[in-house]
Amino acid sequence: MTERPIETADPATAERPVLLEVRDLSVSLGDSAIVHGVSLDVRAGGITALLGRNGAGKTTLLRGMLGLVARTGSVRLAGEELTTLRAHDVIRRGIGYVPENRDVFGSLTVAENLRLAERRGTALRYDAVYELFPELRERSAQRAGTLSGGQQQMVALARALLNAENRLMLVDEPTKGLSPLMVKRVTDALAAASRETTILLVEQNLSVANRLAEDAIVIDQGRVTFTGNVKDLTGDRELARRYLGIASH
Amino acid sequence: MSTFVLLLVTGLGLGALYFLIAAGLSLIWGLMRVLNFAHGAFVTVAAYVAWSVGHALPGDSLWLHWLVSLVAGVVAGGVFAALTEIVLIRPLYARPIGQVLVTVGLALATVAVVQGAYGTDPLTVPLPDALTKTTSILGALIPNSRLLVIGAAAAVLVALLFFLRRTRYGLIVRAGVDNREMVTALGIDVQTAFTLVFVIGGMAAGLAGVLASTYDGSLDPGRGTSMLIFAFIVVVIGGLGSVTGSAVSAVLVGEVQQFLNFYGASGTGDFAVVLLLAGVLLVRPGGLGGAAP
Repeated sequence: MTERPIETADPATAERPVLLEVRDLSVSLGDSAIVHGVSLDVRAGGITALLGRNGAGKTTLLRGMLGLVARTGSVRLAGEELTTLRAHDVIRRGIGYVPENRDVFGSLTVAENLRLAERRGTALRYDAVYELFPELRERSAQRAGTLSGGQQQMVALARALLNAENRLMLVDEPTKGLSPLMVKRVTDALAAASRETTILLVEQNLSVANRLAEDAIVIDQGRVTFTGNVKDLTGDRELARRYLGIASH
Repeated sequence: MSTFVLLLVTGLGLGALYFLIAAGLSLIWGLMRVLNFAHGAFVTVAAYVAWSVGHALPGDSLWLHWLVSLVAGVVAGGVFAALTEIVLIRPLYARPIGQVLVTVGLALATVAVVQGAYGTDPLTVPLPDALTKTTSILGALIPNSRLLVIGAAAAVLVALLFFLRRTRYGLIVRAGVDNREMVTALGIDVQTAFTLVFVIGGMAAGLAGVLASTYDGSLDPGRGTSMLIFAFIVVVIGGLGSVTGSAVSAVLVGEVQQFLNFYGASGTGDFAVVLLLAGVLLVRPGGLGGAAP
């Protein structure tokens, strides 16, 4: 049985144009269908939270949007169809990706990790990145594999923020496993980044989503079950319990 | 003393040949997770192309013939490797068993085609005088061809390390050895890096093919395959994806083989290399160089 997504009208967000348009996206890993015909819109500007229980298909959905796994359906960025492109070309259309497990290149230095993220012909925001994360400048010659989890997350975020042309960031559980202090650093960085770039944020921590995002999309078992304002979701215990299996606070 | 020095340098020369083959194998596995059993075919094809070009050239200058042959062999190795990657490997990236079967098939077919075209007997390689003479080192008369092979392998090691550590594509290859998908997720076309690594590996194997002919003074269709077995051992001992690990491992394997085959019964050295492999894997399962190039 497929639940109909709940739409909540919000005049403020409804006025913003759609930047990312996903239609009927399905992803299978091996013989298992993980994402089932997902359709969603991400509006330009600000942060949209992509929420859902563990194993709901959030990470696979992001990877499907980028073409890192085989998928069917349509993904449009500012009107341009992306599913006909190879994954690296999708990224080059102006997307920064922060994967769930950070995936820094452990054998490379911090500086080399950032240098890999440089794209030719685009302005680079090293100053802005180092302003957000001064540690990265200090540790530029250190192998990324020897950094703490929080510092590795800084490298992962910095790679996505580096190219000034990036219009969209897909950020997958950036606060997972981090200390409260580091969670604040990361959320502050995302808030700052969202002033220049649209962010689709996968987050398990509802209080983080509540603080950063305006729009929320909930998926469960590979299907969209809620789209609307994040405050509507987190402010309503019954909705939060129903769609996320938890009570918000 | 002179025997010891001779064995030492000859073992180093043998290790140099193994390194030239193993470096490409190691990078190909490290970046692409492809077990390329056709790598020996690159060696064989390059050696025979070089021999054919050398014979087709007009004039009497053996140096000129040898140098042109060398270039032709290296280019042939690179081109054959590129074609192998584009035509045979690329459609099978998601099917590792298919890659193994197709590279084993290519290796067998290449030897068969070469045997059909050139026969099964070894062919003599005409060499410049300087390469057939010896140089006295600490009382040992070392064939110049050994010194040439060692010098060439050292130059390739330096060039590869420069490529890996100082160029953007080298950075991409090192990152790809670490996490291929994340390289793609940064907007980098890993496919181009794949082809490049195959070409570099093929050129190094081509160089090994021509230098092995120079080393032996002859060539035969099975030479590439016989060296490939030891090159695989070198790659595993050195650590998959590690060029410096392959260099150290190649020297170890070459020396162990050379010394034990001389002082022990025939074949002792080859057996000892397998024991060395088992020992290293027990102590350091990732090999000497781990995963870092």
